[in-house]
Amino acid sequence: MPDSCFFIFVHMLTINGQSVDAAGKTVAEYLAEAGYNTVRIAVERNEEIVPKAKYAETVLADGDVVEVVNFVGGG
Amino acid sequence: MNAEMPSREEMLAALEKRQGSEAVKKLQAATVAVCGLGGLGSNIAISLARAGVGKLILIDFDRVDVTNLHRQQYKACQVGMPKPEALLANLKEIAPYTELETHFEKVTAENAVPLLANADVVCEAFDNAEAKAMLVNTVLENMPEKYLVAASGMAGYDSGNLITTRKVTKRFYVCGDGKSDVADGIGLIAPRVMLCAAHQALTVIRLILGLE
Repeated sequence: MPDSCFFIFVHMLTINGQSVDAAGKTVAEYLAEAGYNTVRIAVERNEEIVPKAKYAETVLADGDVVEVVNFVGGG
Repeated sequence: MNAEMPSREEMLAALEKRQGSEAVKKLQAATVAVCGLGGLGSNIAISLARAGVGKLILIDFDRVDVTNLHRQQYKACQVGMPKPEALLANLKEIAPYTELETHFEKVTAENAVPLLANADVVCEAFDNAEAKAMLVNTVLENMPEKYLVAASGMAGYDSGNLITTRKVTKRFYVCGDGKSDVADGIGLIAPRVMLCAAHQALTVIRLILGLE
């Protein structure tokens, strides 16, 4: 099964249900690259909130399950 | 109140007949905070009061405006009244035995913890995206034991079938289509906002009943 070898060393995590190659990046780096406005979101990582003050120091790891909730206006 | 108002016992018996006595018992013991009493919050509060939730904490800093009347549960004669006061008056007519606590003030990162301390479930029902994110982050960071039901995306005329309830984590749910933003000038239409409010109210009830 040589084909599967390609995947063994790729560092993947799941963000909003999608596999993303973002391991090693900080939450802040990922959010900036993905174009999120950080005053309108909440980030959960492995069932726990990532405090806003820790976006810059929280490093995403292989296998993390991340949910970014983006709020839009209206109510 | 007129002389025809049913007694507390009559209303409870009727609720038990419709919803089951076990469910009513759990709902009666619950306290829910509704943050924001606009199109979402006013509808959520009425749904929860009708369903027999024992206590509601109603919070808004705004007054009823004529531009609210198309989708919010206020009357034309209440324009100018603080929303918590107006909603309290309306709830007293609809579900007179619900315990109500009102706060005519803005929820901030500083006052959220004391305001919401006694709530089993917190509903985020603001209209401003930054305020929504502020409340959600404040509750999740400082009160991880609370259940939190928020909303994002219910503007415009798209299909109501796009409005869903998403379980983000064990204690955090978000209702809405996640996309439609009033900032895009698409407006708010009563039934679509009510659909989202109904998703939130139903999620609150399911959480109180231990079904989520």
